[in-house]
Amino acid sequence: MTNEMATLTLSAQNLCRNYGHHTAVQNVSVELRRGEVLGLLGPNGAGKTTTMRMLTGNLAPSAGSIEICGIDLLDKPREAKLHLGFLPEIPPLYHDMTVDEYLLLAARLHRINKHTLQSVLDNVKQRCGLEVQGRHVIGTLSKGFQQRVGIAQAIIHSPDVIILDEPTVGLDPNQMREIRSLIRDLGVSSSVILSTHILSEVESVCDRVQIMHKGRVVFDQTMAELQQQGTSLEAVFTQLTQ
Amino acid sequence: MIVTIIRKELSMLFISPLAWILLALIQLILTWVFLVRLDAFLEIQSQLMQIANPPGITEIIISPVFAMAAIILLMVTPLLSMRLLAEERRNHTLTLLISAPVSMADIVIGKFLGLMVFFLAVIALIVALSISLRLGGALDFGLILSNTLGLFLVTACFSALGLYISSLTAQPIIAAIGTLGALLGLWMFNLAASETDGWLQYFSLLKHFEQFNQGLIDTLSIAYFILFIVTFLVLTIRRLDGERLHG
Repeated sequence: MTNEMATLTLSAQNLCRNYGHHTAVQNVSVELRRGEVLGLLGPNGAGKTTTMRMLTGNLAPSAGSIEICGIDLLDKPREAKLHLGFLPEIPPLYHDMTVDEYLLLAARLHRINKHTLQSVLDNVKQRCGLEVQGRHVIGTLSKGFQQRVGIAQAIIHSPDVIILDEPTVGLDPNQMREIRSLIRDLGVSSSVILSTHILSEVESVCDRVQIMHKGRVVFDQTMAELQQQGTSLEAVFTQLTQ
Repeated sequence: MIVTIIRKELSMLFISPLAWILLALIQLILTWVFLVRLDAFLEIQSQLMQIANPPGITEIIISPVFAMAAIILLMVTPLLSMRLLAEERRNHTLTLLISAPVSMADIVIGKFLGLMVFFLAVIALIVALSISLRLGGALDFGLILSNTLGLFLVTACFSALGLYISSLTAQPIIAAIGTLGALLGLWMFNLAASETDGWLQYFSLLKHFEQFNQGLIDTLSIAYFILFIVTFLVLTIRRLDGERLHG
């Protein structure tokens, strides 16, 4: 039992979020263990982005609690955010900075020790395939490379929980494959939440899948269970969200 | 953490040519004012010799330069403060700062101090300009000190107001125009206050600066400036927190 508790990296209970009278997210609970990749699916407007913004402290939930590695995000946001990496839908890039400057800024913001900065920077660039781009200005990079810089920013401090909002949108098939294998790598040591519209991506990368519809979680199963039942993800998705 | 944000703001500022151009322009205008005043002083110097207890070069040359500097910085602050939060919001980069383990207060104070470091450079150049007069005569360092302190505080007020207005919008241009409008409004306030000579002048930023300009370091004025700065910084923090809670 204690072992199970230790591996729980993220636990969000009964999250609700209202925008005025409109309820965007209702009673959503997410639990994540170390070494697990969770796919968050749902049609547009289902509340995926709102959920992710709440999990990363960008938006305060109207009700519910969030714990990251056992630290309450609402009580101790600074301690909890140390364990978080977040790539929003639109990568938060400063287009005037070079890749190195930007990643060093991200590293410093996450309180990485001064002496290890350079090795951390080299390591993350190598993981994300940015070795050559260090001195390039971000604004001049292609969409695929900008996306990689966004991911590098989210993983530079080796967080326990990595949250990626549509990381492969706008990439070509080769880049998609590279990003997916990177996500699988990340899922070995950390926990990853991934939102996407591409069902095959979930099938190839994720261990577990949650489907959201109209602000609620309508489906939550591991990929293994799904395979055992012999149902395809696409059939489930269409049935639940139409 | 605040240091990281100050460094980031300064590097963002000096990557763009805007900061350099503004530094050069401010210096050009102030040097011109300085030379005009110097010329005027040399013309009336012989007459000054005849009166008892004449005003010194600091009063005749340096005080007007600082007064001019306050007006110029009033115009320049909106150009620099507009991008602080409005641009971050427009480019969706505020998420990077908010997701990082830093508090809203760190972000706001870091941005404010970053801008103030830039203005310190501007003020240091003006002080250097003043001290160059030492080649020709004795200077009243007390007056220079009170002017420097006054200019620094009044610029800090401009910046705090600019930062707050920048937090209200996602359009840098709107933030710039809004800040310029508010600061010009405060200037108009000053003109009205001079006419009435009543309680209105307590609320005018430039009126308080005039005291420093004449060499009077008044605790009431210092308290007013500090209150003004803190008010707008707190409003900015509340605004950003409110967005997280309600937005």
